[in-house]
Amino acid sequence: MVEKQFELITNFDIYVFLIPFLPLLASIITLIFGKKYFRDKAHLLPIIALFFSFLLSIKVLIEVINGKIYHFDIYTWMFAYNLKVGLGFLVDPLSAAMITMVTCVSFLIHVYSVGYMGGDPGYYRFFAYISLFVFFMLMLVLSNNLAQLYLGWEGVGLCSYFLIGFWYQKGSASDAAKKAFIVNRIGDFGFALGIFSAFYFLGTLYYNEIFSKLPEIADKYIEVLGYEVHVPFLIAFLLFCGAMGKSAQFPLHVWLPDAMEGPTPVSALIHAATMVTAGVFMVCRLHPLFELSDAMMFIVAFIGAITCFMSASIAPTQFDIKRVIAYSTLSQLGYMFMACGVGAFIAGMFHLLTHAYFKALLFLGAGSIIHLLHHAPDPNDIRIMGGLKKYMPITFWTLLIASLSISGIPGFAGFFSKDEILAQAFFSKYPWGKFIWLLGLIVASMTAFYSFRIIFRAFFGEFKGWEYVHGEPHESPRVMTIPLIFLAIGSIVAGWIGIPEVLGGKNHIEKFLVPVLGHPRIIHEVSHSAEYLLMFLSVLAGLFGIFLAWLIYIKKPELETLLSKNVRALYTFLYRKWYFDELYHYIIVRPTIWISRKVVVAITDNTIIEGIVNGSARLVNITGTGLRILHTGIVNHYSTFILIGILVYLLVYLYLK
Amino acid sequence: MESLLLNNLLSWIIWFPLIGILIILFTDKKHESFIKWVSLITIIIDSILSIYLLVNFDFSKVGFQFVEKKRWIEFINSYYFLGVDGVSILFIPLSTLTTLLCILISWDSIKELVKEFYLALLFTNIAMVGTFCALDLVIFYLFWEAILIPMYLIIGIWGGPRRIYSAIKFFLYTFFGSVFMLIGIIYLYIKFGTFDYTILINQKYPFLVESLLFLGFAIAFAIKVPMWPVHTWLPDAHTEAPTAGSVILAGILIKLGGYGFIRFALPMFPQAALYFSKLFLVLSVIAIIYAGLVCLVEDDLKRLIAYSSVSHMGFVTLGIFSFNPIAMKGAILQMINHGIVTGALFMCVGIVYDRTHSRSISYYGGLATSMPVYAALFMVFTLASIGLPGTNGFIGEFLILLGTFLSNKTMVVFGATGVIIGAAYMLWLYQRVFFQELNPNIAKMPPLKINELTALILPTILVFWIGLYPNLFLNFMTTSVQNLLMNLK
Repeated sequence: MVEKQFELITNFDIYVFLIPFLPLLASIITLIFGKKYFRDKAHLLPIIALFFSFLLSIKVLIEVINGKIYHFDIYTWMFAYNLKVGLGFLVDPLSAAMITMVTCVSFLIHVYSVGYMGGDPGYYRFFAYISLFVFFMLMLVLSNNLAQLYLGWEGVGLCSYFLIGFWYQKGSASDAAKKAFIVNRIGDFGFALGIFSAFYFLGTLYYNEIFSKLPEIADKYIEVLGYEVHVPFLIAFLLFCGAMGKSAQFPLHVWLPDAMEGPTPVSALIHAATMVTAGVFMVCRLHPLFELSDAMMFIVAFIGAITCFMSASIAPTQFDIKRVIAYSTLSQLGYMFMACGVGAFIAGMFHLLTHAYFKALLFLGAGSIIHLLHHAPDPNDIRIMGGLKKYMPITFWTLLIASLSISGIPGFAGFFSKDEILAQAFFSKYPWGKFIWLLGLIVASMTAFYSFRIIFRAFFGEFKGWEYVHGEPHESPRVMTIPLIFLAIGSIVAGWIGIPEVLGGKNHIEKFLVPVLGHPRIIHEVSHSAEYLLMFLSVLAGLFGIFLAWLIYIKKPELETLLSKNVRALYTFLYRKWYFDELYHYIIVRPTIWISRKVVVAITDNTIIEGIVNGSARLVNITGTGLRILHTGIVNHYSTFILIGILVYLLVYLYLK
Repeated sequence: MESLLLNNLLSWIIWFPLIGILIILFTDKKHESFIKWVSLITIIIDSILSIYLLVNFDFSKVGFQFVEKKRWIEFINSYYFLGVDGVSILFIPLSTLTTLLCILISWDSIKELVKEFYLALLFTNIAMVGTFCALDLVIFYLFWEAILIPMYLIIGIWGGPRRIYSAIKFFLYTFFGSVFMLIGIIYLYIKFGTFDYTILINQKYPFLVESLLFLGFAIAFAIKVPMWPVHTWLPDAHTEAPTAGSVILAGILIKLGGYGFIRFALPMFPQAALYFSKLFLVLSVIAIIYAGLVCLVEDDLKRLIAYSSVSHMGFVTLGIFSFNPIAMKGAILQMINHGIVTGALFMCVGIVYDRTHSRSISYYGGLATSMPVYAALFMVFTLASIGLPGTNGFIGEFLILLGTFLSNKTMVVFGATGVIIGAAYMLWLYQRVFFQELNPNIAKMPPLKINELTALILPTILVFWIGLYPNLFLNFMTTSVQNLLMNLK
């Protein structure tokens, strides 16, 4: 598979080391001294640190392009008999691409936050948390073993918990934070078992050793509950449970929409560009394992497809601008998993990278509007927006670019990556590829529809939020718009690294990632005309969605109410998000609390166990009171007892003898 | 001079607090601050001695180190026989550290019978360290029971409103268990004529006898741990005990159970231990889930943390009875971790209890606004308690679950659900106490005092130290655990 010869570097490399540890250092210093000394300058240190991390990432990326691979441990973290794991780094094309994206997007979002979070009493706390997040994210991506992956995995989850609940005084924010953590824990339960089984069957947690030992388990089966289960399937499935939690895939997707309670830069960074893509990254990282089991590949594709479709169906019914974008994130993550599930790992990674830019841009653009309306009771409500095109030109144009990108309009980044996924799904060697392609095509249309629903409702028509702004609506400060512009550039040019050969491009990203992820698993002989046809269809799907949005929200606004009235049942079903929250509440949360309160505490603990304990004490008491009758104090009685005792003893003695 | 210290180091560590006790005894009870300082300095020196012990420990040596063996009660062939190995050594600094924290946290909160309180604390320290060093069953039993006396007093005198009920319950419950162990010890003596641990572990018994002996010891240890279903003394004792009492209970006392299993029940009766291991694994898993569920609906802060101890100790016994070296190491480390983290959590509760005199979760809310530093430290212990990677709780849980997985997968599948439940109840607790709108009850809270802050910073350091560089601690155990499990097979 490996075509290029790589130079493996196993020595400690200070530059690689500094990439994650600079943000960590900045975070710790800001957290401890920020409140007292930095106050409104708390952003300086994290931003500087992150800027250097970004430069170092580029340096390392260039080295990797030139054929270097870093693989070293900083120190041995856990050592117990045959278990030995270190904290260390693996920098290969996959992780180099990731860290460059992560540091770049994080840097821009840090800068944006200076404007967005300005004046917040928790200013220093905010920057300390997001820097800490970047550290854990980089540790996750750079990890060379499963244990450290888990460290990063839980670490980003923790920062996400802190940041969703950043405005902790708000009940809904702290609820959402807790929900996110616990739902993720459910996924991580499987993830941990996956790590244990990997160690059980392979005896190691290092990726490279896992890969070299995979042939040993390729045809191994183990009995689970009476069924013969394919070992690679078992391990991959358990690990994938973690991915479902972290990347918010059905049925563990419920936390992500609620996570929008956090500040908007957090939604952009953690819940769109970086953390939620960790699941996709993990599947790509461990793709040799997943590919050993066709059943597993099917599940990945299938889970991705369900999530992709479900979220795209919910998004158009929501009025909270951030929730719409959150559902769109779910849907796009679904695309990435669909890509993985048809063996198009490179396309999945490519979409991950482009998505980071346009999705971060969508959130930050929305944040720009929310910032304007922050006196409104619910600044996220798109019903109070409208007509903002002339007041907020930069926000409008950048958001438009992001929407065109996500809708897959040619020339923008999203087009290339989404098209790559659809084409490779269509030609996939896996039989479910055609189905995935069809579903992807339909959802592409839905995506364009709900994305432009936002554009049309927020920027066209009349502005409806006059009472919440002082004077005229105005553009956000430059510290916020400049990152928007940079991200908009990213939302276009990020696609250029993967222009397919059929369009005369070089497809750099594919060449770059092939050594790690391998060639796409497609049937041979793909004709160019077929590729053109597919491309045409997907562009058509996107345009159709935009047209529909234009029809409903610009041309004939009465259509919207008409639609929502006439298909009431379906509309409510979608508006209530397929009733998942209610379902979980009534089949998991309530019964657990009920069992705990009524059965465990009331019956078992307080009645049975304590009953026996206190009952035995009472028994002793009663016996004692009873025996006290014998204590008459009369010598004659005692001597009679003694006599009886001796007789009994003698009888027993004689009998036994 | 140095050899004098090194040759009798364990005795020094055990008995050094006697000096403090004597000074305090001859001090008038009016000089409260003098009494406090004497006990503080005594324990600091004792802690330094225990660190000195760690430094001089030889990792590679099999068997016991710092052995002291002197004639004691000759006519029953009992010796003053002390020694430590990789299993017990870490508990000694843990004991002195726990006492140190107790003194710091009680500094202002104990206002009555100050002299007696510090005497009781120092006496507890002697008994705790002694128990971990004893290699003669008579000495062991004496120390083991001796802890009950000061603890009984600490709960019964300085405790909450239902202190008498709780103290008696605690005493009788644990004493009930110990009686079975005593019968076992007497049987062993009649059979082999010795109390020497190193001789007794090499004996062979008929299976029935071995089973009975094992169960006798196991009942004593299971009640101490406490395992389900003999756990109900713990919530009551914790709830009514003063903060220092809870810290000692959580930090050391319940570790004695786990230590007892590893030191005595397993190596002395390996066949029986193996035979009954399934039962104990199941009980452990029940404890993990059952206590976790109780925590979900508990409103009393101290009871909640007490039940979480039952759940966490379930992980420890799970690791012990999986007979896997990784899990065994994890179990020992998890005992240390649990002592640090749960002790710290009890101190945290004590700190707000001193200010509000309420343990009810619903009394609080928004505390992060009025006590930010405290909230941050509480968060560290919460995270350690739910086993977040980077904290010590993770290392213990990870090693236990991973090791147990190698020998018994089903148990891990069930046991690991405790990790989810743990996150749920701890974060819910944290949310209700610290987040949301500031409850007017607690709008004006005095900030942390220096003694409280110190008492919380020390465990914080250990949380991250063990979490990020556990090998330093794991290395102590390697040889001993390997040796222990080799003898079991």
